[in-house]
Amino acid sequence: MTATDQLLFEGADWDFRTLQRICDACEQIARDELGLDVYPNQIEVITAEQMLDAYSSVGMPLFYKHWSFGKHFAFQEASYRKGLMGLAYEIVINSSPCISYLMEENTATMQTLVIAHAAFGHNHFFKNNYLFKQWTDADGILDYLEFAKRYVAHCEERHGRLAVEHTLDAAHALMSHGIDRYPGKKSLDLRAEEKRAGRRRAHEEREFNDLWRTVPTGPAKSGAVLDVERRRQMLGLPQENLLYFLEKTAPRLKPWQREILRIVRHIAQYFYPQSQTKVMNEGTATYVHYRIISRLHEQGRLTDGNFLEFLQSHTNVVFQPEFDDPRYSGFNPYALGFAMMQDIERIVTNPEAEDRDWFPDIAGTGDTMGVLRDIWANYRDESFISQYMSPRLMRRFRMFHLHDDPEERAGILVDAIHDERGYRRLRRELARQYDVGFIDPNIEVVDVDLAGDRRLMLRHTVVKGAQLIEADAKRVLQHLADLWTYDVSLVEADASGTVLKEYVANPRKIAAVA
Amino acid sequence: MHIVDRRLNPGSKSLENRQRFLRRAKALVQGAVKKSSQSRDIKDVLEGGEVSVPIDGMDEPRFRREGGTRDMVLPGNKKFVEGDILPRPNQSGGRGRGAGEGDSEDTFRFVLSRDEFVDLFLDDLELPDLAKRKLAEVESEGIRRAGYTTSGSPANISVSRTVSRALARRVALRRPRREVLEALEAELLDCSEERRAELMAEIEALKSKMRRIPFIDPIDIRYRRFETVPKPVAQAVMFCLMDVSGSMTEHMKDLAKRFYMLLYVFLKRRYRHVEIVFIRHTDRAEEVDEQTFFYGPASGGTLVSSALQAMHDIVRSRFRPADWNIYAAQASDGDNSYADGEVASRLLTDNILPVTQFFAYLEVGQENGLSYEMPNSALWTLYEGLRANGAPLSMRKVNERSEIFPVFHDLFQRRGQQERTGS
Repeated sequence: MTATDQLLFEGADWDFRTLQRICDACEQIARDELGLDVYPNQIEVITAEQMLDAYSSVGMPLFYKHWSFGKHFAFQEASYRKGLMGLAYEIVINSSPCISYLMEENTATMQTLVIAHAAFGHNHFFKNNYLFKQWTDADGILDYLEFAKRYVAHCEERHGRLAVEHTLDAAHALMSHGIDRYPGKKSLDLRAEEKRAGRRRAHEEREFNDLWRTVPTGPAKSGAVLDVERRRQMLGLPQENLLYFLEKTAPRLKPWQREILRIVRHIAQYFYPQSQTKVMNEGTATYVHYRIISRLHEQGRLTDGNFLEFLQSHTNVVFQPEFDDPRYSGFNPYALGFAMMQDIERIVTNPEAEDRDWFPDIAGTGDTMGVLRDIWANYRDESFISQYMSPRLMRRFRMFHLHDDPEERAGILVDAIHDERGYRRLRRELARQYDVGFIDPNIEVVDVDLAGDRRLMLRHTVVKGAQLIEADAKRVLQHLADLWTYDVSLVEADASGTVLKEYVANPRKIAAVA
Repeated sequence: MHIVDRRLNPGSKSLENRQRFLRRAKALVQGAVKKSSQSRDIKDVLEGGEVSVPIDGMDEPRFRREGGTRDMVLPGNKKFVEGDILPRPNQSGGRGRGAGEGDSEDTFRFVLSRDEFVDLFLDDLELPDLAKRKLAEVESEGIRRAGYTTSGSPANISVSRTVSRALARRVALRRPRREVLEALEAELLDCSEERRAELMAEIEALKSKMRRIPFIDPIDIRYRRFETVPKPVAQAVMFCLMDVSGSMTEHMKDLAKRFYMLLYVFLKRRYRHVEIVFIRHTDRAEEVDEQTFFYGPASGGTLVSSALQAMHDIVRSRFRPADWNIYAAQASDGDNSYADGEVASRLLTDNILPVTQFFAYLEVGQENGLSYEMPNSALWTLYEGLRANGAPLSMRKVNERSEIFPVFHDLFQRRGQQERTGS
């Protein structure tokens, strides 16, 4: 047998047989050597235009129609054409089967990289990380999206495109506040969710009786004012999931509007784990592709030339510009994640004294994959960094911590650097940057004035003096008021309760019609 | 592992979303289209192309924060030590860029297809075709396929339909298949005597059944049916009247030419069939081809009436006003010999204006001139008088290329109902 018999491919060209060979070779390494546990894989080969399509609907293969996706498409297409942006090599979907898109333009080496990265790295992470297990329903998502798409189209037919657009616009504006941050009683089951939605509609249609609609409502039942505590309890207040609150309590929403809020909320919830695990997820996938492809090269199944091509792409992906580089735009999750995974490998297999002090549990245990698999399953970015960022890595990245207090006239303080005194502070601060609970403004519904004008009252708890950007806040509140159909007020208050600013929005007329 | 080739799936899943986006951003995009069309050649403009749209008109608001004390961990420390105080970078400018996105999304350029572009550009334009609107619905007959029928001419027999009906009938009536018959006949060749009689009878029965159920029956025959459908045909003719006398400079001709092109494209989109007649005139008028019209050298005095007369003659001989929507666009620097005014006026009122939908007069001026500083020319005064009497006539002065589009737009702005009936 000559060397070429063992090669997966030669040169840049590939065909479907090649892809199959690549998949099999990757799978073997992934399962037997790395011990990965993945959903069944489905690889789909698509064109660049289809990739752009997929991009603009947040990477999902099917989605309801909305102008903002068209906007993103136009924007992305423009920057792609101008060469500002290369297309991502892959898109991978957290579903079962796990779908990975491959672009037809990729070379055989790139396809190998993408398969190793997405179909095994991301796939393993999706299946095993506790956040995904808790919050997403890989089996149900595609069916649910299909349902969402049909449902929205159906609403457009029945209630008009504009009315649906208003509702979706409003729901999108509140999307980042449509998430339950703490695990509830049960995990999400989108398939059951879709069935329930069907039953709800059937029930509504059965129960609908014009008689009730025409009954005079008359004055409010009694003047007995519910006492505040009881009222808040009944409404489930305070409530930080604004979409959920509206869906359940907004007085004048039509049933279909509630269903749309529900859809947007479910989708926001589905993506929530991804935003909490960017560094880990990309770190895992990058580490896995690096291991798999290096192994393929060792086995003599990749030529040196192809391996060099791989290394070049890999290096580009994990490139971290420094803070004063014009290309700098924050930490590159691929770079940070990959560096941490490799660093953990080093600590497990070849620790130094410092590592033994910092990571007594894993230093020198020798079982790299065992340790990594455990970490991949049980952490999110914030806890991962605050647990596993090593001093050595902070030195390697030459990290430093800036504290910028606008009150301080002199300038920005360098609060910590990569030295003995700074490691723990650096690590804590960096972890905080990835804490979603901290990144999103903390806004809650605190009360509804039921006795009075039904004004909905919200509070933004200001942390470290960062207030809402006024123009945006006003527009989001407008959407909120349109859905609530009564006035909405938002108070910004700091931790001590001092009110810093207050917004009020009145519902627009069209909203009542829509 | 499952590998699927999705490349043949229809792309452009975003097409619908893109259209929604355009619809929503229409005012913005339209503004951008107009702006971009001013700086480009008409021909290029109508090819479609890039426009930039301010993204903030289309942004999607979210609750976001700013200000306050900020903590950040950065890579790439060169020389700082704990406790250093760094000067703030220029606060207003520095921040947006620091975020890494803001900048590029402020405005973005994207490509509109030719149709999208022209549609958006012409969207709020309308031909003032008012009076003869009915004419636009002049109908002629077209033919289209309309299923099948049981009678018709042999030329229209639909073989496939006939054969498939015959087959259905044969199956339904259980016509014996030829193989069955052949099998029996083959068996007949060597078989016992008693079996022989049996076979003969069977064969005979089959044969008679086959005769009763023919392979093709007249009732199977189907003919393709055609029906005539009324087809709206609208036709328009545009007369381009251009003064090429000595006083017209290259710049003026350029302006005129741009105007005509625009008008042509515009008409093309409104009508199935558009004719253009080029007439150039000095003191004599002649109908010429496009090349000569735009590039041919000519010079001489000016008699506007000659062009009008020529137009009138051509209308009489080739374009029956009852069948054609007639438009005229005249470009001139406004000079006319004094004596000609009377003649031109009479031609217009008696012969031309009654049959034209719309008569646009474009007075072209010197480069760098200011249109409102131009003294009223002889023609201008003449046309103004006619317009005051309610003639379907519009007039504008143009000095610069960039004014062509706005003027064109102005002339053909969709009018309110009242203004329309009034004009």
